[in-house]
Amino acid sequence: MSLLEIKNLYCSIKGKEILKGVDLTINEGEVHAIMGPNGNGKSTLAAVIAGKDTFDVTQGEIIYKGKNLLELPVEARAAEGIFLGFQYPVEIPGVSISNFMKTAINEQRKYKGLDPMPTMEFMKLMEEKKKIVEMTAKLANRSVNEGFSGGEKKKNEIFQMAMLNPTLSILDETDSGLDIDALRIVASGVNALRSPENSTILITHYQRLLDYIIPDFVHVLYEGKIVKTGSKELAKELEEKGYEWLKYE
Amino acid sequence: MNSFKKATRPREEDFKDFSCNIPQLNTYRINQYNGFFFEKNNDANIDKGIIICSINTAKQKHKDILENKNLFDLSDNDDEGIFIYIPNNTDLDIPLQILDIIKTEEPLLIGSRNVVIVGENSKLKLICCDDSVNNNISNSNNSIKIFLENNSSLEYYKMENINDSSSIFTDTNFVLRNNSELKTFWLSLNGGNIKNKLVVSFEGEYSRAELNGLYLVDKEQLVDNQISVYHNKPNCISNQLYKGILDDSAKAQFKGHVYVKKDSVHTEAMQNNRNILLTDKAIVNTQPFLEIYNDDVKCLHGATIGQLDESAMFYMRSRGISERSAKMLLMYAFCNDVLSKASLEELKDRLQDVIKRRLHGELSSCENCVLNCNAPCGSFDIDMSKIQ
Repeated sequence: MSLLEIKNLYCSIKGKEILKGVDLTINEGEVHAIMGPNGNGKSTLAAVIAGKDTFDVTQGEIIYKGKNLLELPVEARAAEGIFLGFQYPVEIPGVSISNFMKTAINEQRKYKGLDPMPTMEFMKLMEEKKKIVEMTAKLANRSVNEGFSGGEKKKNEIFQMAMLNPTLSILDETDSGLDIDALRIVASGVNALRSPENSTILITHYQRLLDYIIPDFVHVLYEGKIVKTGSKELAKELEEKGYEWLKYE
Repeated sequence: MNSFKKATRPREEDFKDFSCNIPQLNTYRINQYNGFFFEKNNDANIDKGIIICSINTAKQKHKDILENKNLFDLSDNDDEGIFIYIPNNTDLDIPLQILDIIKTEEPLLIGSRNVVIVGENSKLKLICCDDSVNNNISNSNNSIKIFLENNSSLEYYKMENINDSSSIFTDTNFVLRNNSELKTFWLSLNGGNIKNKLVVSFEGEYSRAELNGLYLVDKEQLVDNQISVYHNKPNCISNQLYKGILDDSAKAQFKGHVYVKKDSVHTEAMQNNRNILLTDKAIVNTQPFLEIYNDDVKCLHGATIGQLDESAMFYMRSRGISERSAKMLLMYAFCNDVLSKASLEELKDRLQDVIKRRLHGELSSCENCVLNCNAPCGSFDIDMSKIQ
């Protein structure tokens, strides 16, 4: 059984149709890249999987671990192992990263019927995972994303992903606005977390990220539909020819 | 209509009603009971020339100190209240705490006049708690006048925590001389009708006032903050940060008046009032009022009324945090920066805890307090269906 199965998904926002029949299957351990020009539904697809309710799913279904994902609230999807790395991580003044993570981990544990994580264990986990993205202690003590640079925000996303150890990670334009050093750190963070059980969806419109994280599949999302699927070579082809050539395909 | 009885002098056995403790924080306690200074059992036998007594005693024994303050008719002996005098060059490292207990069996009218003088080059931290210990009706009218002499500093913490049937009107006047520094942390936690009139007058140069306030109101509660800052002298800085969360049908009013006199050049005055409404029945009326009579000033003001940030809610929930916990975290974070400049860490911890519990709908008073708020306190929660 596949981990995630999206069948004929239609979705609109305020009456405007954005996804027009998306089909996508992801198996355990796979890395999928979704590429495509801006405004064609990539971020919408990510947000719908994570459970953002500003979108109306008008048709189709999403099956995750055999469950109807669309019936679960956002937090239950997270507890079931879905993680969304935001394109624009939100600043939350007054909530420290450690308090934020502790609450998230313990609420996920509560969902699974587990006791809260002991403080010592939590602190150890923080220390361990901070290293993956080379996060400084100073940064970890600050409010979530408040006053962070673009690179720091993206590092923080990967740090949270490492802390929560999701089954399916969706990274929405994690490479945008990153300089080459930050990109390297973020990519090696993602690679360090790859396992035969965990799957990843990378949303990007540059091939650059895929030099660091090698995908098993590349899909092109164009005008609300996946119009082409291929290997990592497809990304190179897109980079060379641009998205324009898709129109003539 | 209730007929109110005037408060009378407390008896010695009333002392049992004082049982407030702030863990890990050592304070000198001063007891006030229905407005009266409780003569006995005060911790206030501090030396260093510090005077703590009733206002009437002060009028008789310390005329010399009071006279040039132009306070009130010294021959009038009807006033109740406390007199605190910190002499020059005194750094009182332990905070003073005035615990004002309100207790009555019948509708009670309370009036008090407190006077605090912080001498030149002196430092004081003063904590004032207004607590009602039962659910009976009272109506308090308190006035407090506080003088900060040259080069002095005061950190002033005020906690208002009275029952839903009672009113408390507090008239607070700060007079700041040269180079003095004032910080206030004003928490209106519970009360039927709370009205705070706060006046800061800069009567010297190079002084600074940081006024921080937080109000958490629900049910039918009413809170009104009227702040006036008079920049009567040049080179002074004032900063107001008032925040509130309103639930149910609660109402809040904020009036922030800044007055900058013609010759008060290099004035900096900031004002910020931010509110979160959890229902569409709650009402906030916020009114900045800047009166500026010269050009060489820096004045800013801002007011916001809104709901909790939806994008932050989604972000938190996408990490597995439930909707309710996410709301709590956001509300708590919203409140917390009001205390960011407080230096008494132990008290700050306690206040953060009190705020947290108040938001969860638990008793907002300290654990050891005898406040018997029988009426279940409502929890602060957003009912999105009620917001249009």
